[in-house]
Amino acid sequence: MAEPLLSLSGVNTKIGRYHILHGVDFAVPKGGITMLLGRNGAGKTTTLRTIMGLWRAAEGSIRFEGTDLARLSTPEIARLGIAYVPENMGIFADLTVRENLVLATRERAPDPRRLQWIFGLFPALEKFYALAAGALSGGQKQMLSIARAIIEPRKLMLVDEPTKGLAPSIIRNMIAAFRELKRTETTILLVEQNFMFAESLGDGVAVMDDGKIRHTGAMQALAADRDLQQRLLGLHLDAHQ
Amino acid sequence: MTTMPAARSATAAPPAIKRDWLPILLVPALAAAALPLVGSFPGWLTLTVAGLAMGMMIFIMASGLTLVFGLMDVLNFGHGVFISIGAFAVTLIVLPLATLVQADSVLMNVAVLLLCAVVAMVLTGALGWAFERAIVRPVYGQHLKQILVTMGGMIVAEQLIHVLWGADPISVPPPEAFRGSVLIGEAAIERYRILAVAVGLAVFAAMLLVLNRTKIGLLIRAGVENGEMVEALGYRIRRLFVGVFVAGSALAGLGGVMWAFYRQTLTPGMGMEVMVLIFIVIIVGGLGSVGGCFLGSLLVALVANYTGFLAPKVALGSNILLMVLILMWRPQGLYPVAKR
Amino acid sequence: MLTQLLSGDFPRSRALTAILIAIFVLLALAPFLFPGTKPLNVAAKICYFIVLVASYDLLLGYTGIVSFAHTMFFGIGGYGVGLALYNWDASWLAVLAGLVVALAVSIVLSLVIGLVSLRVRTIFFAMITLAVASAFAILASQLSSLTGGEDGRSFSVPTLLRPSFRLFEGEVLGVAFTGRIVVYYLVFFLSLALFLTMIRIVNSPFGRVLQAIRENTFRAEAIGYRTVVYRTIANCLGAGMATMAGALMALWLRYIGPDTSLSFAIMIDILLMVVIGGMGTMYGAAIGATIFILAQNYLQSLMGLASKSLEGLPLLPKLLHPDRWLLWLGVLFILSVYFFPTGIVGKLRRK
Repeated sequence: MAEPLLSLSGVNTKIGRYHILHGVDFAVPKGGITMLLGRNGAGKTTTLRTIMGLWRAAEGSIRFEGTDLARLSTPEIARLGIAYVPENMGIFADLTVRENLVLATRERAPDPRRLQWIFGLFPALEKFYALAAGALSGGQKQMLSIARAIIEPRKLMLVDEPTKGLAPSIIRNMIAAFRELKRTETTILLVEQNFMFAESLGDGVAVMDDGKIRHTGAMQALAADRDLQQRLLGLHLDAHQ
Repeated sequence: MTTMPAARSATAAPPAIKRDWLPILLVPALAAAALPLVGSFPGWLTLTVAGLAMGMMIFIMASGLTLVFGLMDVLNFGHGVFISIGAFAVTLIVLPLATLVQADSVLMNVAVLLLCAVVAMVLTGALGWAFERAIVRPVYGQHLKQILVTMGGMIVAEQLIHVLWGADPISVPPPEAFRGSVLIGEAAIERYRILAVAVGLAVFAAMLLVLNRTKIGLLIRAGVENGEMVEALGYRIRRLFVGVFVAGSALAGLGGVMWAFYRQTLTPGMGMEVMVLIFIVIIVGGLGSVGGCFLGSLLVALVANYTGFLAPKVALGSNILLMVLILMWRPQGLYPVAKR
Repeated sequence: MLTQLLSGDFPRSRALTAILIAIFVLLALAPFLFPGTKPLNVAAKICYFIVLVASYDLLLGYTGIVSFAHTMFFGIGGYGVGLALYNWDASWLAVLAGLVVALAVSIVLSLVIGLVSLRVRTIFFAMITLAVASAFAILASQLSSLTGGEDGRSFSVPTLLRPSFRLFEGEVLGVAFTGRIVVYYLVFFLSLALFLTMIRIVNSPFGRVLQAIRENTFRAEAIGYRTVVYRTIANCLGAGMATMAGALMALWLRYIGPDTSLSFAIMIDILLMVVIGGMGTMYGAAIGATIFILAQNYLQSLMGLASKSLEGLPLLPKLLHPDRWLLWLGVLFILSVYFFPTGIVGKLRRK
């Protein structure tokens, strides 16, 4: 087994007086998409935010290519090559699409070839390149948020519920885009509620509940095992199928 | 939740964002409404220019404060100190170089003004840096303590001005070229007010340029909206914040210089006295918005000048009324800043 | 009996108890211990400032509201009683009518300000109260036909309280029992009563809810408290108490003007007193007010001596100039906020 790209062990996170994560352990292998599933309030978003340094882990270690992220600040973590697509998309509404992408670029300006590739994935962004991002539709904002994360090659992408509130046609567009992303070097850790989406993209999977990891394995195995799904994801699953 | 029909797929045109012109129209509307009330056109012109000049000065003083608040949720109640210190810095130049101030040469006069501005801005900028480190940083994110401690900083700094400059008011006449007034038609317009309007417009234009055309400016705007995401993109927002704090303090210093020559008398409390107007301005404009701050400054100053002429006894009350009316219309101010 | 008076809220520190008893005894016997105009002025000022500062602590320390309009309510109390006495006859009825009107104005005003701006953030409230208070101060000095403008108004008080009045012939401990002493005791006992009332309020279930809101607004709301209502009530209570303090001041000074009641400098003084004494404890307000007013009146002479003795050195004499006493209290204030936010009381209790 190769060394995983990212591994969490015994991560505890408290927000104010609330204890959210109770010793989270799991690893993200290099390459492909690892799905992080679980019902509402299981601690998925908190896990991503803790990796990103937006909330501090009270205990435990988060190793990324041999560096302990738990001791770094958010900008330092980002500079190691980790991109974050938050649940609320984190779009700068007052800035144009172009300006949003410029800010996500460390170089002076976005690489034109890469930009064309992104426009291929999300044609809407080309069309509205000079428009204030606040004017975009929800789906387009989600595209911009993902585009920001891939405007330069990154080693790891943390994506929080990219399908939330999107129309089915746009979800299909998202699936196509992530399939394309899987062919690049980037590793993706993706939080999802939509099982259909997870099933069609995931390589590995980790399932959370009550601030702990309950199950890890291959996505295919989970997709094939109805009982396991029922046990891990509970009633929540029915609502989505 | 976006529930788009499938037909309006990913490339459908989004609804065009309408530029919000209404607040901008308020300024000419207010001026036009005042004309029949004032009665005479020359009198109205004098009042309007006076209002615009005062508004520009308030804008210079307030702009830094609103940006600092927008970016980091820090409201510096001691901001007025930088205004006072900027004003007192004038004495460092004007007293030793009195001959240049009185010289009958526009060039020399302008040179003196520039020198005052540079010295004041360097001084207040440096002080802003120290203030941020010593006073603001330790109470970061705790609003109650922040208000108390910045207030404390103001008390101490104001007392230090007393120590360094003595307790008596100091008189600083503006340079020769900017004294007196010019006649436009029948209206007498004070030269210094024209200068104040010009400087204010220049500062506003420069700010817009920086905010819209440079990466730093983009970062500031993005940070005002969502500081966390700026960090997640790999930028240290603390550094950005310190930069904006220093720049805001320096601008307050510049405003202090302009204010000093306008009032022509320096007292250590002069900064704190304008703070009330500044608070009204940034509330009216929308906390964190530079454009709102600009419009708010003009509105507040025009209202103050018109009512000062029409009903002098209620002049400051009129600003409170203005604030209440605008907050009733837009509870977040003229240009609310989108937050997360 | 004592438990009841203090509502079970004891000082809980031997040093603190000693200081409080000392303040109480010295204030109670002030007319006889320190005869003379200045000491008695200082003592009376301490009395009504304890009420004023404690009522501010009700907001700042117990509720977590930063208001800069407290002097406005203080001034309303002073002007209410003062103008009633000035415009009508110097009767007790005028005092009472003035006080009632002033209380009504204060409570309505604080209710309006509270309902408009208490639901928003601390900072917003602070700015709005600052703006309103400064507008009020300017208004008071502009409406000179009513308020006397910058000069203020001097007025007569009811006969019983006049300096020429003698409660009885003869002397007590060598001091004639004049109307000044009567008014001093009026101020003293009313201040004491108001202070004890506030202790009772903060230790009532209502006070506990306020503190719960201060600690965690979100949680308090989740439990089901209407936080805006509680904050607004606290705001009105604080305003009413400040109005009473203002009325006491007017009776004592027989004068009312913007500098003694409405000025921003007094607002800053109040802030310093609360924080240095200790936020969130009524006893802190008492100690803060006492120390501050003593410093205001006596530190200056001390600093004058120090300044003189350092003459010839650069800058130092200026820093220690008697007029710069606020500089040192300002430094103390900042250090208090950083290092002992519970103030002197907190420091004493921890030992």
